[in-house]
Amino acid sequence: MLVIGELINGMYKNVRKAIKAKDADAIKQLAEAQAKAGAGMLDVNVGPASADPKGTMEWLVDTIQSVVDLPLAIDTPNLDVMEAGLKRCKRKPMLNSTTGQQDKLEAAMALAAKYKASVIGLTMDEKGIPRDADGRNEIALRIVAAAMEKGIPSDEVYIDPLILPCNVTQQTAGIVLEAIRQCKVLADPPPKTVLGLSNVSQGTQERPLLNRTYLVMALAQGLDAAIMDPLDDALMDAMIAAELLLNKHIYCDSFLKAYRKGG
Amino acid sequence: MAIEVLTDKAAGAIATVTIGATKAEGGTRESVVTVGGETCLPFHLKEGVMPHPPVIAMEICDRAKTDWPPEIERVFGARLKDPPAWAEACEKQYGAQAICLRLLGAHSDYGNNSADDCVSTVREVLSATTVPLIIVGPGQKDKDNEIMPACSQAAKGEKCLLGSATQDNYKTLAASCLADGHSIIGESPIDINIAKQVNILISEMGLPPGRIVMDPTVGAVGYGIEYAYSIMERGRLAALGGDKMMAMPVICFVGKEAWRAKEAKVDQSEAPAWGPAMERGILWEAMTATVLLIAGADILVMRHPDAVEKVRGVIGELLGK
Repeated sequence: MLVIGELINGMYKNVRKAIKAKDADAIKQLAEAQAKAGAGMLDVNVGPASADPKGTMEWLVDTIQSVVDLPLAIDTPNLDVMEAGLKRCKRKPMLNSTTGQQDKLEAAMALAAKYKASVIGLTMDEKGIPRDADGRNEIALRIVAAAMEKGIPSDEVYIDPLILPCNVTQQTAGIVLEAIRQCKVLADPPPKTVLGLSNVSQGTQERPLLNRTYLVMALAQGLDAAIMDPLDDALMDAMIAAELLLNKHIYCDSFLKAYRKGG
Repeated sequence: MAIEVLTDKAAGAIATVTIGATKAEGGTRESVVTVGGETCLPFHLKEGVMPHPPVIAMEICDRAKTDWPPEIERVFGARLKDPPAWAEACEKQYGAQAICLRLLGAHSDYGNNSADDCVSTVREVLSATTVPLIIVGPGQKDKDNEIMPACSQAAKGEKCLLGSATQDNYKTLAASCLADGHSIIGESPIDINIAKQVNILISEMGLPPGRIVMDPTVGAVGYGIEYAYSIMERGRLAALGGDKMMAMPVICFVGKEAWRAKEAKVDQSEAPAWGPAMERGILWEAMTATVLLIAGADILVMRHPDAVEKVRGVIGELLGK
């Protein structure tokens, strides 16, 4: 599974502070720690409060790439900021994200195609988030079609069926699992699936337990990627164990260590 | 309508291991061998590359063994009791790309040779040959740990391949390889989970993937080769899928297994329908080697020159040369 490290996000206090003070070391540390813990990609989000989001995005991308050789997921709803980030990526980037909203969808896909980026597509549109799995996958299909129209292969589209906090809408967890499973039949090769995992536990008690339990459940449905905290060892261990039980890795007694050594 | 052939593209590659060191590299060899580097299943050359063709090493033994099959005795005669002369013949007459010296004489049941005895054999074989050397202990834990560090030191700088580390006994050999610049063979008993575990244990000692070769343990044709094949295939598929702890080149002790088979050595007088033992043994070894090549062997350790010759031809054909 692709682990997309979530910790470089201007919504977090420490990152906001680092951005404000242009504290490159703090950002580098977060990048290195996530890479070392097993992230395969790093999410980069300037946060809502930045006065110069384009400049901040460029600075973050450059700072991260000066210490780690990982692909980046440029995380912003603003396409100008998006392009500023994509332009500077040394490795194949990810556009995070677009929705199914028709007018914006086309522009986002054009941008992704221009920078050969993979794309996260959120299953929501002008009308909001559908209540069930079918509705989510109708939007997913539109997103995949829009990508293919611009020459982006269907398996470079990561559908995010939008998990919501379980203390707000408890039935969503099951609906999203169903959507992950159904999503695989939308195209050939099938689109990938991704979750913003921490959302499931937003505002709850026992957040780490809920996060890792839900990740394991989603993996069993075929989840391909998650935006998550790679520094949560118990979460990473649960993910590795789940993949082992799904026969994605060859068992050996030191399977946790083996995974972390690239096995 | 043209048929589109679907091809697989590997996410990972097999590590590359070089055995032997020339004078310029601090050893005394005139040639070295490099194995590994594959980005496709064996000989699936439309899907990736096999930058280093599989290598045939010929196996010799330090022990005055008396029960060699008649066909091996016929070829090597008195040299079976003279390791340097045996090694020299393998290299100069039969074109071995490497020599594998099995120190069976150190086994407590077969001579119990001392570390000093083993060291002199290693030195003699090194000076009688110019190709890289693979040294394998008797496979007895205490005896291996007694003789292999001494042999390792005696061959320091030659970048040999030393065996074998097992799940229960890897520290001494790994430490010697690290200290003396050799590569290591990690052995597992036809068990993919243990194969991976041994690789991790050796890696934790500080040896990089470029200095580890896997011995998955094999069987001969008719003696469990299907099982060995399936284990090797699964390991290679995992490696090409990106599993770095399975992505080491593979060594197969073909001769040891093939010449143990009844079919390889029983005389025609006992089994008239089977034809001459002479041809049978050679074919048994060559067929076993061929199957293992296709399963992903990088180094074949063989005994009979005619079998070696046949398999060399097979490798050439499969590589389109």
